[in-house]
Amino acid sequence: MQPRFELVLRPRKGWQPLDFQEVYLQRELLGFLMWRDIKIRYRQTLLGGVWAVLQPLMAMFVFTFFFHRLAGVKGDPQVPYPVFAFAGLSVWTFFANALSQSSNSLLANQQMVKKVYFPRIFIPLGTIGAMLLDLLLSLVLLAFLMLYYRIHLTAHVLLLPLFIVGALLSAAGLGMMLSALNVSFRDVKYVVPFLIQMGIFVTPVIYPIRVIPQKWILLMGLNPMAGMVIGFRYSLLGSAASWGVMGISLAVSALTFVVGLYVFRRMERHFADVI
Amino acid sequence: MEPIIEVHQLSKRYRFGHSVQRTATAREVVMRSLTAPFRRRRAEDSSSEAFFWALKDIDFHVNAGEIVGIIGANGAGKSTMLKILSRITDPTEGSVTLRGRMASLLEVGTGFHPELTGRENIFLNGAVLGMRHAEIKQRFDEIVAFAEVEKFLDTPVKHYSSGMSVRLGFAVAAHLQPEILVVDEVLAVGDMAFQKKCLGKMSEVSKTGRTILFVSHNMAAVENLCQRGIVLEKGRLVYDGDVKTSIARYMAHAHQAGEGQGSEIDLTTASTRKPKFDPILRKVSLSTNGGEPAPRAVTLGSSLRLEISLRLPDKAPGFRCGIGFNSVFGQRVLTLHTFFAPGFNDEVLAGDATLTCEIPSLTLVPGEYFIFLYVDFGTERKDAIPDAFMLSVLDSDYFGTGKPPFSGVVVMPHRWNMATATQPDNQQQIGLQHKSEQDPTQDASLQNSHTV
Repeated sequence: MQPRFELVLRPRKGWQPLDFQEVYLQRELLGFLMWRDIKIRYRQTLLGGVWAVLQPLMAMFVFTFFFHRLAGVKGDPQVPYPVFAFAGLSVWTFFANALSQSSNSLLANQQMVKKVYFPRIFIPLGTIGAMLLDLLLSLVLLAFLMLYYRIHLTAHVLLLPLFIVGALLSAAGLGMMLSALNVSFRDVKYVVPFLIQMGIFVTPVIYPIRVIPQKWILLMGLNPMAGMVIGFRYSLLGSAASWGVMGISLAVSALTFVVGLYVFRRMERHFADVI
Repeated sequence: MEPIIEVHQLSKRYRFGHSVQRTATAREVVMRSLTAPFRRRRAEDSSSEAFFWALKDIDFHVNAGEIVGIIGANGAGKSTMLKILSRITDPTEGSVTLRGRMASLLEVGTGFHPELTGRENIFLNGAVLGMRHAEIKQRFDEIVAFAEVEKFLDTPVKHYSSGMSVRLGFAVAAHLQPEILVVDEVLAVGDMAFQKKCLGKMSEVSKTGRTILFVSHNMAAVENLCQRGIVLEKGRLVYDGDVKTSIARYMAHAHQAGEGQGSEIDLTTASTRKPKFDPILRKVSLSTNGGEPAPRAVTLGSSLRLEISLRLPDKAPGFRCGIGFNSVFGQRVLTLHTFFAPGFNDEVLAGDATLTCEIPSLTLVPGEYFIFLYVDFGTERKDAIPDAFMLSVLDSDYFGTGKPPFSGVVVMPHRWNMATATQPDNQQQIGLQHKSEQDPTQDASLQNSHTV
């Protein structure tokens, strides 16, 4: 006998919690959507997956030359500037790409939104999840850079997953929020590139946190990616930790995720009517 | 036993401009909220914001194993109902209770990605429709065999013909095993042979005791598959019962399409026009080329002149008007469009205008056709009336042989020729031409009739 099944569809009002059971039951679909994004991302490109590392790598060269050599920006005294910059750029590029792709994800998949039901959050989350592969590839490249510059991993690396999760949560939180808003307000498409462009400067990606005056330093934590970039360098390169900033950033990431989820759930019931 | 589907007082309201392409930008929302306190009367505001009910107070129950056809004219609310049942959109009022795992098929190949291969798309589409990976794997060979795409499994779908991707899409969906299956008019696509195969599969599925809701314009298919029919008219349920009576009810309504029975059809209050449109199309009059008024029945091969009265709200650059002929199965068989007309002046001034379309010889196979009228400014649809009226094409001795054509969709002059290898003297040539073939406009008319 089939288990008793009953589903009642009625108008939904106000804030909706996430139906975890449904998400769990359909988890395979999330996997499929991630797999699809990975498969098609670099189809019909000459360089394929190389693009995943080329972006942070080129940025590393540009920043090393212009900011470090010419403008005299110093990184961490312990590690060569290129590695310093690349460690920050790997996680930043992940965040930036995840954000720009996911904010457009519902529009890009509107055919699916209009024609079939499944948990809608899979669309932005799948896009972001697929980006993890790029992050992994940059980390492999970083490992080579570290070998080249003879930088040893320390036990700090055990904390790396924490910062990856933090970056994932903030990308997902903002991605869900912006993709949902994008359904009604196409302004999002102009906001996101600007946000990303400015983001790299208000996040200590190419400069160290030391340059920020002590009294402002905790404010940096409000930018969730600030703590993640510092955390990446701490866990991979053994750079100085800034626990206050990292702690606040992690909390902000988690909060961003929860807020993003609720905004998404609130707006999702109108997607098919408005998109 | 409790019914497997219970629909109770179901209503859905749309706001004008809500489902239209135009989307509010943040600036408009900000401006609206900024100026709100300065607006004089809020009542004025809410009255200018118009709503319409796509569905109103629908009640019905479906028992397990029933196969129910949902029929109704365009704009009657069928699609809205399916969207609610398949959880794509929320109802505005009322509720639906589903007591079984449901899968809905509102489109074939939802989620197909052109860059992915056939094999990859089967897995993706299956997952989108709610199948588990293991289930898809288990039925993979069956799906491939049904779709007849074995040779192209590892080819990206973008290289498939449209027929192939439709077959693949249907094949995946046909192998879903839900307790409730909701199917929209997906059968209107694909060639005849495949449509037949799809219907066969559907009736096979229906014999396994599954509950099916089937929405289609194809009355033959509805009659064949369903025992029960639900007829919707303008968002309301008007009949629920025996399928034959339902179809009769729908046909009776469809035949009334367009007010009055004469050669003039008033379009100002056409019921199938979506409320978001201003009535640009005002009236259409039918006549023969000689200018005599023609009733809504013309004989095959005779001339037809449609005079469309328009009222244009403003200067319209890129004015376009189209006349679509749909078969009773909802399939477009002919589109006449100003866009194709050489030298047509599309700069139109505001005000009243009359647009005339002349068909020197209407060569559709005798039968009933529903006429779809629409006006676009550039690419933006400005007015559209599905099923504006029904036109009957009557038998005539088109070929002059006393044998009226009866199958297919179009009729055209053609020639037969048979040469036998052994006896070249026996060559015979048979010309099948329209009696008034001498008419020089004949060829032009054939060139201009685009079948879609």
